Amino acid sequence: MTAKSSTTQRGETAVIDADGVYYQDLNRRIREITADGIERVILKNVNGQRYIGDGLNHDAHLRVEGTPGNDMAAFAENIEIEVIGNAQDAAANTMGGGRIIIHGAAGDILGYSMRGGEVYVRGRAGYRAGIHMKGFEEKQPNIVIGGKAGDFLAEYMAGGRLVVLGLDCEGEIVGDHVGAGMHGGRLFIRGGVQKYKLGREVKITGVDAEAREELREILSDYARVFDLNLDEIMSEEFSLITPVSHRPYGDLYVD
Amino acid sequence: MNSTATRRSDGCAISGVLDQKKNRFSASTIVNSIASLRERSNGLGGGFAAYGIYPQHANEFALHIFYEDRKSRKSTEELLESSFIISSREEIPTRPPKNLSKPPLIWRYFVEPPTEGLRDLKISGKEYVARQVMEVNSSIEGAYIVSSGKNMGVFKGVGFPEDIAEFYRLDDYEGYLWTAHGRFPTNTPGWWVGAHPFSLLDWSIVHNGEVSSYDANRRYINTFGYKCTMKTDTEVITYLCDLLLRRHDMDPEGAAAVFSAPLWEKIARMDEENREYYKKLRTVYGSGLLNGPFSIILGSQNGFMILNDRIKLRPMVVAEKGDKIFASSEESGIREVCPDPDELYFPAGGEPVVGLVEGADRL
Repeated sequence: MTAKSSTTQRGETAVIDADGVYYQDLNRRIREITADGIERVILKNVNGQRYIGDGLNHDAHLRVEGTPGNDMAAFAENIEIEVIGNAQDAAANTMGGGRIIIHGAAGDILGYSMRGGEVYVRGRAGYRAGIHMKGFEEKQPNIVIGGKAGDFLAEYMAGGRLVVLGLDCEGEIVGDHVGAGMHGGRLFIRGGVQKYKLGREVKITGVDAEAREELREILSDYARVFDLNLDEIMSEEFSLITPVSHRPYGDLYVD
Repeated sequence: MNSTATRRSDGCAISGVLDQKKNRFSASTIVNSIASLRERSNGLGGGFAAYGIYPQHANEFALHIFYEDRKSRKSTEELLESSFIISSREEIPTRPPKNLSKPPLIWRYFVEPPTEGLRDLKISGKEYVARQVMEVNSSIEGAYIVSSGKNMGVFKGVGFPEDIAEFYRLDDYEGYLWTAHGRFPTNTPGWWVGAHPFSLLDWSIVHNGEVSSYDANRRYINTFGYKCTMKTDTEVITYLCDLLLRRHDMDPEGAAAVFSAPLWEKIARMDEENREYYKKLRTVYGSGLLNGPFSIILGSQNGFMILNDRIKLRPMVVAEKGDKIFASSEESGIREVCPDPDELYFPAGGEPVVGLVEGADRL
């Protein structure tokens, strides 16, 4: 397939038809456009192109129509990406800032090693959401999953906040091995969670007034983005899962 | 799609499409799906399994054989002539190889086992064929039967899958079930016999991942007469399927529970009936457990089974549209050929998805 992308610019919005465009050419075009100061880019007919928005550090908004490929928004800063569809695996991999809005579902390892910014998923997320996401002082990433999350949620989580809502879902909203190896950050699960599902490195508590305020703050933006009723979401009890220790294996290798 | 970079670290790609009404369709659907996942392969292996392609020979076993040279062909044909009734033989039609490593001699034979031979041995036709396949592959140097089912065939080699499809003239075939593989070999050589699918009788396997338990599995099936000769871990899954599903008459869900056995702690939480069943399965078939990350598509005359390892270390997406079921390593691999599915879902680790053709109650 030859690489061609027809671009039309209307004021500060650029439209790219990504149908059949090789991912390297597509991403080069996006980088050029955003470097030129275009603030809104609409990508039409995206299907499987990898690395969309990777490493971008612009105040730009990408609207992705279709199914973006793996590692979308990896290492991105500042940029906002809105996906009208599902994201594949490793979206927001090591993302440093910005906001990702996924109207459909997310694949596995969502927010892998994410360091900053927001990821909002309206639908479900696959296995290992939030694996090794981390935070430092004021810089704390947030992931909110509207549907269910798969096994190994928050695996090796080191910082930031991860919320699973299970909206309009029946049955268990998280899988097994929740928080396995978790040693930082906070995981909120709407409703209860059975004890056997938790990894041995975490404990479960209720949500006190302060944590509730923290949660409300995270969710208010999420509810606004997807036009949901915040009070309704907050009306249910949440479980808070936190690590037992910040250095669970600190003594493992002492002589 | 064009690719300029030559080295990437990524997994393999697999795709499958089944028409449950057994309506046959051309190869273009599966070729387009697997070609769209090109980033997952590196040109060191590609292949297809196609079911329903030989209706005029539906009751004969179709043998696809790779020969290193004329000598291996001669020795093999002598053996085939003394063991089978051969109704026809021909070189499989191909186009001049483009972007492929040097192909072997590739032949196909439509054969039937001699009835008196089966009577003497007191075995089924399938068992007879399976034994002949093991015999050829392990004893004749440079000859490999890569496909031995009825009304189906495997077409594979060293190259990107879309180039393999072009080479084998797959556009000349129509089938009701197609599976495909784009390979990114890690531990074992990229050679023609070692490309996916691996197949025995009607079973075919495409696989993304790694069988870390390969040697334990290999030794286990070796005690049942299966010999691994193709220098690729995936081969062992094919023979395990034949053992469990054909010889031990297991249903696909049972085989899935052997391959992706639930963890003991999960078994402990089950109700008594299930607990006993899974305990027995793990105890009897412990050596059939596939350790390591994988996603596979098992093809058969009656449909396919899609399965991930129990902690889902490889991707897999499934979708349905009308009578068709699609499976692919990435959602985009489905949407490339089915932009608007009725349903699209993400099977959990160890959760088999079984698609059967109408009227069939098992694979």
